[in-house]
Amino acid sequence: MIDYNAVLCNRIKEIPPSGIRRFFDIAAEMDDVISLGIGEPDFQTPWHIRDAGIYSLVKGFTKYTPNAGLTDLRRAISDYLQRRFDLRYDPKSQLLVTVGGSEGLDLAFRCILEEDDEVIIPSPSFVCYAPLTAIQYGKPVLVQTKAENEFRLTADELRAAITPKTKALLLPFPNNPTGAILRKEDLEAFAAVLKDTNIVVISDEIYAELTYGQHHVSPANIPALYDRTVVINGFSKAYSMTGWRLGYIAGPHPLVEQMTKLHQFGIMSAPTTSQYAAIEAMDHGDSDIAAMRDEYDGRRRYLLDGFRKLGFSCFEPRGAFYMFPCIDSTGLSSEDFAERLLREQHVAVIPGTAFGPGGEGFVRVCYAVSMKDLGTALSRIEAFCQSLK
Amino acid sequence: MKKLLQLLENDCTLSTEQMASMTNMTEDEVRKQIEAYEANRTILGYQALIDWERTDRESITALIEVNVTPQRGDGFDKVAERIYQYEEVESCYLMSGKYDMCVIISGRTLKEVALFVSEKLATIDEVTGTATHFILKKYKEKHLVFKKQEEQERGYFV
Repeated sequence: MIDYNAVLCNRIKEIPPSGIRRFFDIAAEMDDVISLGIGEPDFQTPWHIRDAGIYSLVKGFTKYTPNAGLTDLRRAISDYLQRRFDLRYDPKSQLLVTVGGSEGLDLAFRCILEEDDEVIIPSPSFVCYAPLTAIQYGKPVLVQTKAENEFRLTADELRAAITPKTKALLLPFPNNPTGAILRKEDLEAFAAVLKDTNIVVISDEIYAELTYGQHHVSPANIPALYDRTVVINGFSKAYSMTGWRLGYIAGPHPLVEQMTKLHQFGIMSAPTTSQYAAIEAMDHGDSDIAAMRDEYDGRRRYLLDGFRKLGFSCFEPRGAFYMFPCIDSTGLSSEDFAERLLREQHVAVIPGTAFGPGGEGFVRVCYAVSMKDLGTALSRIEAFCQSLK
Repeated sequence: MKKLLQLLENDCTLSTEQMASMTNMTEDEVRKQIEAYEANRTILGYQALIDWERTDRESITALIEVNVTPQRGDGFDKVAERIYQYEEVESCYLMSGKYDMCVIISGRTLKEVALFVSEKLATIDEVTGTATHFILKKYKEKHLVFKKQEEQERGYFV
């Protein structure tokens, strides 16, 4: 009989399973749950984008595409990055179309990490960075961001985290779960810290289009960081295209070239139908993004007012579609708060601890849900808080 | 202030509190602004969009092309008024193109609609001709789709 324990590699066994799975299992048992848990847009992919995907099938475009992605898509991405973010990338040598932003992150880690190389990861942040680092023999170095700094990484915190082993700085902004964004001056301060090092910046900008009141600034916008920055982005959040699984990497040619090589062996090419739909999205989707952003912004304002009226201290999120209220005033841990709120009032939120150190005392609330559901959820949260008194 | 109207046009069940947060106004400002819109008839009313097909009530809708002789001095307005005052008329528009007015009426039965056209609409002096088109199936109205969206099996990611 085969011993699977001996078969599986230790690195994968050592990665803990997602701690929030059980919340979804509890929620699945209930039929009137309002889920503010899933980090996914609630809009459908705009029809003209879906239609472009369908039309590509009608035309019979079902073959592999070039490894790096369709030439026209890379042209469209290059135009888009310049138009929207003032970023210049050569479509032939600096862009790679990936299977979601997730593949982009995986490729970036795989192509740069040697054993014990350290990756600086601000925390709380999305759940995949540390496991992707660990599976590549790297060492995640989690740096706790603080509410008083509006959950931004500071240059001092960055400086203190750097060691001779540091290979990369991961910048997850606009941030899931806090909604924090970085300002130009933050990035310029990082540039001064990173000067004369060989540290690569991996910038996860999947929420770049979803900022409120301030335009997104990429580390690649800072001239001193451009050559050391790998931008990871995708179509999931901006165009509500999560299921299409399409993203892209923009970065220095020597890095993108190696990532393309790995992508060629591991993936071949990103899904063809999705790539044709994505050309339509990039060329004609700016107004869709604006409409969805506007909708999220209204919900964001309502939810923020709602939490503050209930007496929660809550940092105003400036990006993504999450709010990260502090639940210390309830006297509960974030796990207990989330579990009891779900069991007693049937509202699902994610405990801050799911996003790493720095998450205790907070819960993540996703506002990519209807105003009606947000209204009902706030009433239930109010009832829950009353019951704690 | 356009924003408030857009919110209401999309969903008039939003609470004053919700609209206030979403537009960065106070609740009092929202209430006053809505009252002003109602007073000057910018906001005509608030209705629910109902799919009567899902109920046991019989219902049929017709779109009627109407040709009209305009009156000296009043143009089409006086005729339009004579038409739209009928309870049965759901909508009434002056049109460019091949016919003059478009009248949408809803009734319980085909016969009810046909009787309205022949006995009331067509007998108005200025009406010179009508063509009635019955609506066979409604797919979408006011940006809302009648068919229920199918549930998709989703993944639970954070």
